[in-house]
Amino acid sequence: MGAWDIAADGTGRYLSWGPIQISVTNLVIIGAMVVVFVLAILLPFPRPHDETPEQQP
Amino acid sequence: MTGRVIDAAFGPPAEAAPAAESGNWTVRLRTRIAHTVPPGQALPDRQPVYVASWIYVFGVLTVAAFLVVLASGGVLALGGSAWWHTSGVGHFTNSLHLWSVELFMAFMVIHLWGKFWMAAWRGRRALTWITGAVAFLASIGTAFTGYLSQSNFDSQWIAGQAKDGLNAVGIGAFFNVLNPGQMLLWHVVLLPLVVGVLVIAHVVLVRRHGVVPPIDATEE
Repeated sequence: MGAWDIAADGTGRYLSWGPIQISVTNLVIIGAMVVVFVLAILLPFPRPHDETPEQQP
Repeated sequence: MTGRVIDAAFGPPAEAAPAAESGNWTVRLRTRIAHTVPPGQALPDRQPVYVASWIYVFGVLTVAAFLVVLASGGVLALGGSAWWHTSGVGHFTNSLHLWSVELFMAFMVIHLWGKFWMAAWRGRRALTWITGAVAFLASIGTAFTGYLSQSNFDSQWIAGQAKDGLNAVGIGAFFNVLNPGQMLLWHVVLLPLVVGVLVIAHVVLVRRHGVVPPIDATEE
């Protein structure tokens, strides 16, 4: 079973640590959001060539 | 002659009395609206250099997703539950509504993370932070009542589970999650109104006080 099959499983698969329980789907989504957050901080923002360093449109 | 008749009926032309000295409420409201944001900041075409970062994009992405949520929700309201459960276009619109909400919540949470770690309440921006936080909580309620308004077994199951959870923490005196009519009206009228007003207030406050600079940057 691949990662996509787990994420799309209708019945849901759950991970448990004591009182904490989370579905694999939700864990994958939260992990993807963290990855997007880190990339948003690290990736350079495109800047048009004709701009001064102080301002951007 | 005609001018004198008009003046007698409606008073002198507006330019005869300075607007700032007028005591009527429309002038006061107009002045208040005009001074809500600094000149040129309502729809600015330039931003400080520190805004050139992808992390500053997630606020407007959230607003864009919210507009898709409102538009697809309006189409669902037009067709009704029998339509969105049985027709192909209804299924598509239902999915569009769901996934635009998923993106709305994801973009909003990433926006929240970014603003939390840059302490975005600095520089007299406390009310901006508070309106955003309350809009986030109201969005959770709106999404929850949306799950209750699907009109299928899923919504019945969620309502039954939520009833126990809400009762356990002492919430539920003013609403009943097992009442689908009440939850549908909350979802399509009350809560979208609350979220919409808060989002507008939040954006106006951002334009009024400017985008928060990074902690180690000087404010421009």
